[in-house]
Amino acid sequence: MNNDGRPDPDTLLEKVQRDEAQAARGKLKIFFGACPGVGKTYAMLSAARILREQAREVVVGLVETHGRSETARLLEGLEYLPPKRVSYQGRELAEFDLDAALARKPALILVDELAHSNVAGSRHPKRWQDVEELLAAGIDVYTTVNVQHLESLNDIIGGITGVMVRETLPDRVFEQADEVTLVDLPADELLQRMKEGKVYLPQQAERAIRNFFRKGNLIALRELALRRTADRVDAQMREYRADQSISQVWQAKERLMVCVGPGDDSSRLVRSAARLAASLHADWLAVYVETPKLLRLSEARRDKVLRTLRLAQELGAETTSLPGSELVPTLLAYAQERNVSKLVVGKSSRSMLARLLRPSPADQLASQVDMDVYIVGHEPEQSAHDALTPAPGLVLKTPPREKRTGYFWAAAACAATTLAAAGLVNVFDLANVIMLYLLVVVLISMRFGRGPGIFASLLSVGVFDFFFVDPRLSFTVADTQYLFTFVLMLVVALVISNLTASLHYQARIARYRERRAESLFEAGKVLSSALTAGQIIKDGSVRLAGVFQSQVAILLPDSHDRIRQPVEGDHGDSLLADPDLGVAQWAYDHQEPAGLGTHTLPANPVLYQPLRAPMCTRGVLAIRPSDPRLIFQPEQQRLLETFASQIALALERVHYVEVAQDALVNMEAERLRNSLLSAISHDLRTPLTGLLGLSAALVARPQDAANKELAPAIHEQALRINALVINLLDMARLQAGGVTLNKHWQPIEEVIGSALRASTELLAKHRVATRLARDLPLVALDAMMIERVLCNLLDNAVKYTPPDTLITLSAAIRGDSLEVSVSDEGPGLPEGMEERIFEKFTRGERESSSPGVGLGLAICRAIIHAHGGRIRAENRAEGGARFSFSLPLGTPPQLSPADAEAGEG
Amino acid sequence: MAASIAITLVVIEDDQPIQRFLRTALEAEGMSVFIAATGRQGLVEAGTRKPDLLIVDLGLPDMDGSEVIRSLRSWSSLPIIVLSARAQEEDKVLALDAGADDYLTKPFGVAELMARIRAHLRRRDQVQGSTEQSFRFGDTRIDFSTRMVTRRGAPVHLTPTEYRLLTVLARNTGKVMTHRHLLREVWGPSHADSSHYLRIYMGHLRQKLEDDPTQPKYLITETGIGYRLVAADYRYG
Repeated sequence: MNNDGRPDPDTLLEKVQRDEAQAARGKLKIFFGACPGVGKTYAMLSAARILREQAREVVVGLVETHGRSETARLLEGLEYLPPKRVSYQGRELAEFDLDAALARKPALILVDELAHSNVAGSRHPKRWQDVEELLAAGIDVYTTVNVQHLESLNDIIGGITGVMVRETLPDRVFEQADEVTLVDLPADELLQRMKEGKVYLPQQAERAIRNFFRKGNLIALRELALRRTADRVDAQMREYRADQSISQVWQAKERLMVCVGPGDDSSRLVRSAARLAASLHADWLAVYVETPKLLRLSEARRDKVLRTLRLAQELGAETTSLPGSELVPTLLAYAQERNVSKLVVGKSSRSMLARLLRPSPADQLASQVDMDVYIVGHEPEQSAHDALTPAPGLVLKTPPREKRTGYFWAAAACAATTLAAAGLVNVFDLANVIMLYLLVVVLISMRFGRGPGIFASLLSVGVFDFFFVDPRLSFTVADTQYLFTFVLMLVVALVISNLTASLHYQARIARYRERRAESLFEAGKVLSSALTAGQIIKDGSVRLAGVFQSQVAILLPDSHDRIRQPVEGDHGDSLLADPDLGVAQWAYDHQEPAGLGTHTLPANPVLYQPLRAPMCTRGVLAIRPSDPRLIFQPEQQRLLETFASQIALALERVHYVEVAQDALVNMEAERLRNSLLSAISHDLRTPLTGLLGLSAALVARPQDAANKELAPAIHEQALRINALVINLLDMARLQAGGVTLNKHWQPIEEVIGSALRASTELLAKHRVATRLARDLPLVALDAMMIERVLCNLLDNAVKYTPPDTLITLSAAIRGDSLEVSVSDEGPGLPEGMEERIFEKFTRGERESSSPGVGLGLAICRAIIHAHGGRIRAENRAEGGARFSFSLPLGTPPQLSPADAEAGEG
Repeated sequence: MAASIAITLVVIEDDQPIQRFLRTALEAEGMSVFIAATGRQGLVEAGTRKPDLLIVDLGLPDMDGSEVIRSLRSWSSLPIIVLSARAQEEDKVLALDAGADDYLTKPFGVAELMARIRAHLRRRDQVQGSTEQSFRFGDTRIDFSTRMVTRRGAPVHLTPTEYRLLTVLARNTGKVMTHRHLLREVWGPSHADSSHYLRIYMGHLRQKLEDDPTQPKYLITETGIGYRLVAADYRYG
């Protein structure tokens, strides 16, 4: 345990990530009470009214006033979302309208009774799931909860009050609420309120409820509610401490593991573990070890295990089902792998004698492990009505016909052996005849399994007695010694048949596992070689349909993230007819499975499993099994998930192949464009030199009056074309990616100096000032390129400002970069052009007489970006525009000490 | 400066419009121009026409411009001006290291070309009849014998390295000195890659000898190539 006084970086990271996720989410505030009638709804409405007075947008989603006038009065003036009328079994019920709430999207919504179960056919079975969706949409929610609805306290409270509450709320939801306000009322006052008729009691269940509202119960419930709230506050305190790093008490995180079995009290075990984990602030795992023996359990028992695991998941556990031949070693290996510090196991219900013969897993664990083992007491619930009936698992089920033939063959084999033995008994000793029967038992158990094996062993003992033991043809035995022989023979035959059968069974399980692995392997091979999404859909769905005996559709989103109908013919014969795109969309958006067997629309016959890949969700797998259990057995579920992620990965791979191909095509096009551009620029430049030179020569020469005006005009136009070509060439070079910066450590003064010198002619009509901070450090830059940027900025300034105005060049250190700017006193930039002005072919003025096509600034940006700097344009407060760029400062090389002396001068 | 004695130039350039414009412009200044379209032909012209100055284009069809310069330098110290396209800094540096005195980037104006030609002819005359005692640019005077540098009559304190750098530039006035060349001359061959030394000391010299160090008049930067000391402003104006 690391107690070194530092926050665990993983914990901190987790917290940061959680905070980030929480920032976008709505905030959940729970008004928590010990029992109905303490005034939760009243408190919630009062709080909401205060917020509304502060101009928060408050909408009442659903509030039960139970006819209480003082509560109803608080509702007045609040916006109320009309409830959805749902008819259920002939009755019309008012339900919370989730879609209306999402569409309305208020800042805060009030939804009463978080633990409420929605009417069958709603989107979610539970209201808290509706609320989760509201929170995910960024809506704040106020809600109410009674302590008896908390999942982990459910059985305790059931024990105290004698009333089992069906509507439960996972503790996770309660724990993760942003705020919990306890609404407290002492038991006497509550009873007084009841007497005054201020607490609503439904007529039909009045007696049961009166029973519930006994003073003793109320006190117990109040204590539980107070304690639960205190736990939460305590947890908050810890978190605060962890945040502020105040305390030295850094608890190493505990990890608790509960071992779930097929027993009746497993859900109790899970609840205890959940409470223990909560009080220890520990992560916890629920593990089911699937030994070959357990694979033979009846369907009902296996379903129960599944339900228990799901309960554990809801209570916040990470659940796993581990295949293994022996319970204890598998558990231990896993516990060590996951750094489990505490083990929780159920107490064995077997008799003392049985435990002496073969110690229970709990005893074995306790004796073998060096971690803490908690053994949770056993409490007989509804009795073990579904006893251990050895029936093979669904996928391994032996068809009934084969079973019957098994018994027939057992009888036939015994008969044949008897006939053979009748001939041989004169030659051989009776002991050898016994061996013959044992051989038959072995063969039958090997071929037909346990039942026929046992049948054969019983039959052979009977037949042996009847035909071969004196007196023959009678079950009476003359020599009592034979009784012992029979017992031995029966025991040996039973043991052998049992052993052989389980060997046989294990071989079949191994074969089955191998088949599973093989189908995955095959799928992986096919999917990884698929080249198009269509191929993946076809191969994936055909394989899935085969393995799960289901109708399958793989639904992909369009470019707007809307799920599309599958294309006909992609799936082969097993295409799922008209999948519900709405549910598929939900699963896709929420990245959670929906439909059959999930929390969302469980009544739907189709399971919608999102295809999650590392980068994003790639689509939705819709699967309609012929038998739901084909999907929901743990091993089948794992298989389905693995298939789904394989398909998702394959889709992602294909997606990136397409992206890469697009990029390649784009690159090719760009390269072509650029080489064309540079070729043109190059070919233009040579004649331009001639044109420029010749026109200049013309200007310099004494001429007649007409030519005196024409020659300079030609020269000026030639200069313009020249500037344009230079820009085009630069842009082409920059974009062709062929620019390797020739960076050197340079003083920026020098670059500014040469830029000004290069622009002398240009700046002739303007005033120029330089304002450079003293002792600027050397900066790594490509002097040619930066000079080009400065020249372009100067050119730009000259172009857009009237003559005789001031252009200022300045440079200074700002943060970790050097900022150079060119400011002018011109009209400034048009509104909103500050960023766009750096785009190619964009100019500040729409139609300007100033020459240029707007490449200059785009070139500047490309050059500055290549240097890792930033360039921006803005209007100065005192008028005019300022263009500035920053260059990252580095660590310039030092002059060696030998030369530093010279620098002092 | 175009004296009564006609100045002879050899131009090695393959592009016809440029040939034509150079011929027109130079002959208008009263110079006699011989044009060669290839490097080989140019070498022959240079050897036979007794030119005062050579203009060499770097992109020749038969041989590299630097090669032409190198073989010219093996027997002649004539001023050589190189013509080159933009974005060919390495070629320029190679040509300058091979012995060229100056370069012009295409497209260039006649005025600038003429200014360069005159500056180099003048420098040649000075070198031929130099006293080697002192050198003057702007307000600054270097006395080589006393190793004194004065500005407007007042002595300027220079460190030994700064003085060495200044003298190397002064002895090659008007000539473009590449970074490598200057580093080798001032710091020795081991510092050929430490161009930041050069930039820092150049900055020091400008601080001490220029009116506005950010807009130097004498110690000129040839971006990406090197430096040049300009004794008189030869630019068009």
